[in-house]
Amino acid sequence: MIPAVDYIRILPELVLSIFGIIVMMVDPVLPEQGSKKPLGIVALVGTLAALAATAYQTGFYGEAFYHMVRVDTFSVFFHVVVLMIALVVILASYDYLDVQSIRAGGEYYALILFGTVGMMLMSSAIELVLIFIALEISSISTYILAGMRRRAAESAEASLKYFLLGSFATAFFLYGVAMIYGATGTTNIYNIANYLHTQQSTLAYLAVGLMFVGLGFKVASAPFHVWTPDVYEGSPAPVVALMSTGPKAAAFAVLLRVLFATGAPGWFWMVWVSAVLSMTLGNIGALVQQNVKRLLAYSSIAHAGYLLVAFAAGRQVGISAAMFYAASYAAMNVGAFAVVSHFASAGEKYVTLDDYAGLGRRSPVLAAILTIFLLSLIGIPVTGGFFAKFYVFSAALQSNLVWLTIIGVINSAIAAYYYLRIIVYMYMRDERSEAPVARIPVGLGIGLAISLVATIYLGVLPGRVLEYAIQGAQDLLK
Amino acid sequence: MNFINNNILTIVIFLPLAGAILLVFFPRRHRDIRYFALAVSLITLLASLHLPWYLVRGQSGFQFERNIPWIAHPNIHYHLGIDGISMWLVILTTFLMPLCVLISWNSIGDRVKEFFILMLVLESAMIGVFVALDLFLFYFFWEATLIPMALIIGMYGHGRKIYASVKFFLYTMIASVFMLAAILWLYARTGSFDFVTIQSMIQGGQVPGFGNAALWLFLGFFVAFAVKVPLFPLHTWLPDAHVEAPTAGSVLLAGVLLKMGTYGLLRFNLGLFPDQARRNAPWIIALAIIGIIYGALVAMVQPNIKRLVAYTSVSHLGFVVLGIFSFTQLGMDGAVYQMLSHGISTGALFMLLGMVYDRRHTYDINEYGGLATPMPVYATFFAFIMLSSVGLPLLNGFIGEFLVLSGAFQARQLYGILAATGVIWSACYLLWMYQRVFYGAVSNPANNSLRDLDARERVSLWPLAIAALVMGVAPMLWLHSIDPAVAATLRQFSSAVQAHAAHAPGSLVRADFTRNGMQALLQVIGR
Repeated sequence: MIPAVDYIRILPELVLSIFGIIVMMVDPVLPEQGSKKPLGIVALVGTLAALAATAYQTGFYGEAFYHMVRVDTFSVFFHVVVLMIALVVILASYDYLDVQSIRAGGEYYALILFGTVGMMLMSSAIELVLIFIALEISSISTYILAGMRRRAAESAEASLKYFLLGSFATAFFLYGVAMIYGATGTTNIYNIANYLHTQQSTLAYLAVGLMFVGLGFKVASAPFHVWTPDVYEGSPAPVVALMSTGPKAAAFAVLLRVLFATGAPGWFWMVWVSAVLSMTLGNIGALVQQNVKRLLAYSSIAHAGYLLVAFAAGRQVGISAAMFYAASYAAMNVGAFAVVSHFASAGEKYVTLDDYAGLGRRSPVLAAILTIFLLSLIGIPVTGGFFAKFYVFSAALQSNLVWLTIIGVINSAIAAYYYLRIIVYMYMRDERSEAPVARIPVGLGIGLAISLVATIYLGVLPGRVLEYAIQGAQDLLK
Repeated sequence: MNFINNNILTIVIFLPLAGAILLVFFPRRHRDIRYFALAVSLITLLASLHLPWYLVRGQSGFQFERNIPWIAHPNIHYHLGIDGISMWLVILTTFLMPLCVLISWNSIGDRVKEFFILMLVLESAMIGVFVALDLFLFYFFWEATLIPMALIIGMYGHGRKIYASVKFFLYTMIASVFMLAAILWLYARTGSFDFVTIQSMIQGGQVPGFGNAALWLFLGFFVAFAVKVPLFPLHTWLPDAHVEAPTAGSVLLAGVLLKMGTYGLLRFNLGLFPDQARRNAPWIIALAIIGIIYGALVAMVQPNIKRLVAYTSVSHLGFVVLGIFSFTQLGMDGAVYQMLSHGISTGALFMLLGMVYDRRHTYDINEYGGLATPMPVYATFFAFIMLSSVGLPLLNGFIGEFLVLSGAFQARQLYGILAATGVIWSACYLLWMYQRVFYGAVSNPANNSLRDLDARERVSLWPLAIAALVMGVAPMLWLHSIDPAVAATLRQFSSAVQAHAAHAPGSLVRADFTRNGMQALLQVIGR
């Protein structure tokens, strides 16, 4: 008999699944050619309800369903991050779908909700098989979402590419799970930890390597990053906002569990090399991009690299730095892509740097908001990006990773150049007349306000979120 | 009164920022925006005058301190405080700001609101740099000056403004990243960002591994400051940034932003790493002297007036660095004085150039000639300011250069001799430029009908001219509070070096110059 409290421990997932089903049931009732905005409202309410459920969960820390799920500060932290991402993405999609004449609003919103369920489950599952299932739920949703602009060839290309490479990568992860089962005889994270604590196992090295490949693909870290620019370029912009932050944060949560909670061996140099490659390749790739979506894709590879620096630092300070980074990266990147999705206009026509010329004059508010997100991505003070980088690099120094810090610091200086290029285009170049003047719709406005407030809040008063992350790190290692 | 003393620095920092935030919600009526910005900058100036009024001169350590925890992890404090050195730099900032608003009155006609918002944000950040005593807070403000300045150059500049803006941004950004790395290293070992705490821990030898890392830490800070100063091989961003920046941007760049570099050298490189500062002084002084002479020679051949004045900054700031690294009371007093006086004279020169640019839209010297005929008032102001920049006795430039050179001679005769040539060079290039621009018959018919300065322009120049004169005849007004602060820095420096010298006998300590220096100083001033 399963106790009732177990259901509370998966309440946010339950709530969101139910709302996803409601979206799909309401969809056929709506006129086929009409606007799908009511569905957006349902999805929005669902996300808010799930947030409330997550808040309710904080009184019920513990494991559920025969040690399949564990609710602690760590999982709640990532629940909130993922739900906030979904919230902003839904708000940004509210008018976007009409502008792009995407009629499949039912599938769109439902898949966002189901994908979010997967991501949330990834952060609370402590059973590798359940983690795998959650990973698949979130991945499959995003594969389909990537192809939502059905009439655009590049969108279909993005979807197919993401799907093929993605399923290849998840196979690696599954193979790793099998290996670790072979090595330890269990798939429960904490049982694995107990086993590896007392015994050596060569097979475990292989397993960690394979799982790292699978998760490395999901977080778009080099050398598993090649899909990113194409997929980000082709997918609808709000979906990219989701893809570049949500599954990434969730996959990082899994990686934290797999590497640190299990006390797995042999990951250090793997992470080190991947961090250096991601930062360097990401930043250098971004330097030459003309398409803003591609540029941000390369930037997201680089940011995965910074996050991996925190992984390499390890220990509680590294884990909390990684969690903080994931949260503040989510805030600023979702915001940046939300602005991009609005500027892109019908058919996502205006996504090159030239289209951004003179935006500072044409639409001063949006340009200013995008500037703040870009400054945060550079890591300028008063924004969350600054503290994120700051915590990561100070964690690395505390673990004596001087070279990794130097490489990271040099990389973040390089990165300043291409973010700055967007700002330069917006404010210092003459405008092109044919790109339309952008008025901010209400939904997008609220979404941007949320990410803006989050970005600034993390940049001025990071204390509370960091304390929460430290608490999460302690819970993870317990 | 206690409340004001505790919070005056916070008030001075955040008044301009509050003004900027209010400005965001202002309607786009250009006249109101200008008046509002002027009012905010004047109120800030008034508030900042509280500082010299209530500063206790003899007291050692920092004053008007405010130290409250800001972020628990990492251990960051909102720690502000000033001494006689940083106080005058704050006043310099708040003093130049209203003049910058005035000078931009008509020359900025497009995106006016954004311009003044950026200016006020920049003011807050600049003041913050001078008063922050927490290394983290310092870095915070340091970086925060970067964006508004880069945008001011890039949005309101002329010519190759984007190139100049990006170059400025990248130079400063990349260099200050090394400072951040050094700050983080210090935090990892000491658990504190507090300047005073770290300083005493380093001196007490309580920082594990400091001995091996000291050189790298010193260089990390040094690079960030050297780019800002700018010191000789790292100066190439400066002429570009100056030439393309709008007038107010140039004034603040030369007047205040460059001083952030020299202030940083004085406060942090000397304060935290005295031993490394002493060891590395020879090559730093060599770079400074190269900068003095090279800057002067390059200035001489510039066909563009603004570029010429920009290179004079390279030369004049070389004096400041020389003074700081002479480790003598005279030299360092002179360095601080030269910072202030360079802010006044070069700020004024850039304002004057901006005025003529507003009329003719060119900086090409060949386009001018005989300007004294149509614009006599302008020519008079220009001559006065130029002479102050040359270092004519009784004007501000003289005092600073004289003190620095005296200090340099005390440290090593060769330094003094080489640097002294810089004074001659500066007379050459400025007087020659003056001759080409103002004397003779009007060679270009376009200049015949130029109108002379109007009331607004005169109002914005008078304060600077008066300041130049007063600083030249009554330097004690400033040195009274600068001198004890420098003496305290130097005491700290020599005790640290001596403590270190105990392990390495034979190293030379020039603390004995402190007393001699003070006497010589008093003779110079004539009391």
